[in-house]
Amino acid sequence: MKIYGVALLCGCFLAGKFLGLLLGELIGIPGDIGGVGFAMFLLMLLSLYLRKKGGFSNTTESGIAFWSAMYIPIIVAMAATLNVHAAFGGGWVAILAGLAATIAGYLLVPLLSRIGRPTDRSQKPLE
Amino acid sequence: MDWMETLIEKNGLILAFLVVGLIMGAAYAISRYLTRGRLPGAALAILIGLGLAFLGGERGVADHPLFAGMAVLGGSMFRDFAVVATAMGADLETIKQAGRAGVVALLSGVLIAFVAGAMVALALGFSNPVDITTIAAGACTYIVGPVTGTALGASSDVIAISVAAGVVKTLAATIGTPFVARYIGLNNPHSAMVFGGLIGTTSGVVAGLAATDARLVPYGALTATFYTGVGCLLCPSVLFILVRLLV
Repeated sequence: MKIYGVALLCGCFLAGKFLGLLLGELIGIPGDIGGVGFAMFLLMLLSLYLRKKGGFSNTTESGIAFWSAMYIPIIVAMAATLNVHAAFGGGWVAILAGLAATIAGYLLVPLLSRIGRPTDRSQKPLE
Repeated sequence: MDWMETLIEKNGLILAFLVVGLIMGAAYAISRYLTRGRLPGAALAILIGLGLAFLGGERGVADHPLFAGMAVLGGSMFRDFAVVATAMGADLETIKQAGRAGVVALLSGVLIAFVAGAMVALALGFSNPVDITTIAAGACTYIVGPVTGTALGASSDVIAISVAAGVVKTLAATIGTPFVARYIGLNNPHSAMVFGGLIGTTSGVVAGLAATDARLVPYGALTATFYTGVGCLLCPSVLFILVRLLV
């Protein structure tokens, strides 16, 4: 049943958020640190485990797939509710600082992507 | 026309789904017929969304009662929920392989955004270490800025600048990513994880990746979700001490 997939997703989501908030609490930062990341790992591991056990049918998966597909529409709604005027309310300092940080990040992508990249299957050390 | 208001007020979220559906439809049609697929439909839809945001205020288009439901649909609950759902399509092996690069990207991402922000603040005449640190923290994300500023006791106008810097970064990542993706090799899960760690603003990363190639979203989100935490940890502590030593 589809609801099983949705419920599994909800369970992983809440457990991940719980871990993220707990981590934030432990190191004294208000808010959720990596909650989404923890939830994603949980979902990947649990679905892998359930699939092995045979308890993960296609309809179950379609309950998750639906929300995964709603992702871009949700981002469109998010974009429409951003406080875009704030971006210009901060003056040139804000605009330049934000742009400089983004461009600096872009420039480092090709450089850091080299770390640990599998160059060739045959060159990979045997385990 | 009271009953019309009831129709909209009580069903805001449903109306939001309809509105977004229409935006998507229009964007994909424009993409296909006017740009012949050169500008991806998803990117165009996000741009239309941003354009609508200009019509409103603090909550974008959701400030208008007709579109109040957009704030729920586009809020962090649904956003994070959908991002987690995309993990279903992610490959655990790839993530393990890119793990080290992701961690390095995360730390360098916070550092480089902070340095870039601090240089701009310095260049434009800020000299107080607290102000410089707060603005530089804002260049990380619009959450790191105010968290750092509050911790250091920055004035509210400096905190406002730091939030603005973070929003500019989100917008720049949203709009810029599909255009630069080709030049920075952002076409595989490995570089998407590095990208998420380097840019870090979750909304900007996921929107930028969605506009580029939706399959990369889970990988970028995985690292980006830790960025704000790392930033909140480093900016008001180690990085502030460094700024105080150097300025």
